[in-house]
Amino acid sequence: MSAHSEAGTPVGASPETSAVSSHRSEPSYLSAGHTLRSWLFTLDHKRIAILYLITISAFFVVGGLAAGAVRVELISPRGTFMSNEVYNRMFTLHGVVMIFFFLIPAIPAILGNFLVPLMVGARDLAFPRLNLLSYYLYLAGGLLALTAAVTGGVDTGWTFYTPYSTFYSSSQVTMTIAGAFIAGFSSIATGINFIVTIHKMRAPGLTWFRLPLFIWAHYATSIIIVLGTPVVAITLLLVVAERVFHIGVFDPRYGGDPVLFQHLFWFYSHPAVYIMILPAMGVISEVIACFARKRVFGYHFVAGSSLAIAVLGFLVWGHHMFVSGQSMYAGMVFSFLSFLVAIPSAVKVFNWTATIYKGSVSFDAPMLFVFCFIGLFLIGGLTGLFLASLATDVHLTHTYFVVAHFHYVMVGGAISAYFAGLHFWWPKITGRMYPEVIARITAVILFMGFHLTFLPQFLMGFAGMPRRYHYYPPEFQTLHVMSTAGATVMAIAYLLPVIYLVWSLKYGRVASANPWNATGLEWQIPSPPPTHNFDEVPVVTGEPYDYEHLALSENEEADGTRAAVPRPQLDPAARGGAA
Amino acid sequence: MNNPVFPEQASSFAVEVDAIYYLLWALTIGFSLLVMAVLIFLAYRYRRGARVDRSKPVHSDLRVELLWSVVPLIIGLCVFAWSAHLYARTRIPPDDAMEIYVIGKRWMWQMQHGNGVRENAELHIPVNRNIKLTMISQDVIHSFYVPAFRVKHDVVPGTYTRLWFRPTKTGRYRLYCSQYCGTQHSQMDGWVTVMEPEAFERWLEAEGNEANVKTVGLADAGKQLFDQMACGSCHGSNAQTGSIPAAQRGGSLNGLYGSLVKLKGGRQVKADEAYLRESIMRPNEKIVDGYWAIMPSYEGQLTEEQVLQLIAYIKTLGKSEPPRGGQ
Repeated sequence: MSAHSEAGTPVGASPETSAVSSHRSEPSYLSAGHTLRSWLFTLDHKRIAILYLITISAFFVVGGLAAGAVRVELISPRGTFMSNEVYNRMFTLHGVVMIFFFLIPAIPAILGNFLVPLMVGARDLAFPRLNLLSYYLYLAGGLLALTAAVTGGVDTGWTFYTPYSTFYSSSQVTMTIAGAFIAGFSSIATGINFIVTIHKMRAPGLTWFRLPLFIWAHYATSIIIVLGTPVVAITLLLVVAERVFHIGVFDPRYGGDPVLFQHLFWFYSHPAVYIMILPAMGVISEVIACFARKRVFGYHFVAGSSLAIAVLGFLVWGHHMFVSGQSMYAGMVFSFLSFLVAIPSAVKVFNWTATIYKGSVSFDAPMLFVFCFIGLFLIGGLTGLFLASLATDVHLTHTYFVVAHFHYVMVGGAISAYFAGLHFWWPKITGRMYPEVIARITAVILFMGFHLTFLPQFLMGFAGMPRRYHYYPPEFQTLHVMSTAGATVMAIAYLLPVIYLVWSLKYGRVASANPWNATGLEWQIPSPPPTHNFDEVPVVTGEPYDYEHLALSENEEADGTRAAVPRPQLDPAARGGAA
Repeated sequence: MNNPVFPEQASSFAVEVDAIYYLLWALTIGFSLLVMAVLIFLAYRYRRGARVDRSKPVHSDLRVELLWSVVPLIIGLCVFAWSAHLYARTRIPPDDAMEIYVIGKRWMWQMQHGNGVRENAELHIPVNRNIKLTMISQDVIHSFYVPAFRVKHDVVPGTYTRLWFRPTKTGRYRLYCSQYCGTQHSQMDGWVTVMEPEAFERWLEAEGNEANVKTVGLADAGKQLFDQMACGSCHGSNAQTGSIPAAQRGGSLNGLYGSLVKLKGGRQVKADEAYLRESIMRPNEKIVDGYWAIMPSYEGQLTEEQVLQLIAYIKTLGKSEPPRGGQ
């Protein structure tokens, strides 16, 4: 059935859904006040999520424009319009903004903020004021970093390697670091809020193993955030202290050790990769269960693998340093552990695939983004093994191979999942449906554009093209031009949702409480939800993803109505018409 | 020339590194296609509306979970073991390696051959000979990268790092700085020229004679410096200056290189290049057992090049006398 095609009560909605939506007692959180003040000083987790959505999207645009500028510059082996100085600032801006101000907060601060209380049946996060503070810390950090970018920029790369960052760079290192440092506290506040909420505010009957996997993923992420972020905060503070006061921590001229910085930096920044990908995996579990109409296969293993990744993720930072001068034996230990950490990720992918078995699959846009995620994450994850393996890493590290690998994971993986989640919960967040056909086309364009951009970069890396190079040998030009062409296609896939999602706010069909017929507490309340989420505290009596009775009824119904003309499910136009 | 699927292999490591690389691609493509094929097949077969048997759905199965955890793990660990074994061989230079010193500075590579010949952004080496680079940076971290050799190592300020390889094909190969080092990072490149041994010997000699002043061998320059700085007044074998005999002040450096040095407190360290450099620049970091911390620091007084000359000289000092504190 085409669940989203009608505005009113969805066919097959569970009785309690219609009951709740029929006696809606208070206005939705969106209409709970229209003044600027009611937004800027709100303590409602849902409104804070919207503030994050707007701000983080703005940073995504900044980071995306910087990426576009870099790709255009690299069309020619001697550059097209930038000086060395500008080029170095541009790729640093892209990295700093995308990592600290987009990828790390995107899913937790937007979708997590909106959904964690709803999914555990709570009226808000544990500390609403801390939540608002975390938003303003993020905003302050982001504005500081942007100020640094427009008042001279920073040219250290997002990794801030010493002693370049502590002594030799004459760019705005201190201000940029201050921005990242402040944004770090925003992460910590959000992490603490999630941990406390998940521990203390679950609805009656919602035991740990009845939690949606989205919650498990955010729980594991929060642990990484709370344990890891202080380390990078201290490290960045030491960089600034050395820059300003010349204390000898990292600079050998004052008796410091430049490689020590890399240990401290990657101790956070490798787990930070999991801060980006774990919440994405949480989204995938929710969406795949709903659109396959099936309980996630191996629930306990999927949940446990999130925790395994969180723990093991802290023990593999040295794989960024196989050629740094770190001891050969340390390299071997880190390599071994890095091979281990690949397993829980693989387990997740296998379990998602098994979830489809005997399911009842529909191919709405969120599900297409899930396929997009799996296709890109498989390559992203497996190419990580080339870099976990010592001898190949020696050749491939510092090259475009690394760039391609982490974009496959962090952009291909995390952003596909973010889009899957954004489309899936868009009706819940805004009360409107996004336009289905164009959204599916977007998923396809994203998948194509992504491969065209980053597959050539694997080849370049293996052929020896170092990363962060402004000028490059002419033999790499063809591959660079392909990559830039792909980036243009990707830009379309990013621009389209901005347009049609904004369009849908006014012109989209009004969404019902539960347009996907999804289980989960967030779907049992009106769309958009009222300020206090639940009129009565919900009581949970069963396991999550109770989809299979739906699969039965939907398919019986389909059999009845569609016996004459079988409708190809992959064709969006036919699907819309049949509704 | 630069085929991005089969780039040139010009060192003894290249073939094996590439073998692991292609194996990993086979696994990557194989696994990705397998999973995607299963995913698409299942999604199509169980598409909504399709009349298929959906009875008795499975929600969990410990045997399957174990299967798809353990099989990839075993495959992964085999790759790990092979790759680690190769890596260990790339990290331990053979004793007979020809030694060349490399100094990285923004934004140029400077190479020093044993006979004193110096090259900028170029490195000439003989084919089929083990080459060992001892490298240091004068400013920020650089990285010495020759893709055709499949080798790379960071060049760090304040300490020596090393890299070794055996070129197997004559030719000219690109050299890059692969660790971001600032404004002209992408222009810090150069060429490695691998020559037939005889051609190399001729080149080395011609270069040595070409300079206006005849080049002084690295170790000879080090000896001059050693005398000029009067290092011998404490480290000479028979010198007697002041009230304390030299043997008690600093002791002879004969045979020091490569020996095990016993430090105050009982710890032992190997007297390699990094140890010699540290002992010149920051002598009080490691005090040899039986000696006092009286040597002044030479940090800031010697260039990296001069330190390399001194070390080259110290390495030539014979083993006629037992090294101080050594065994």
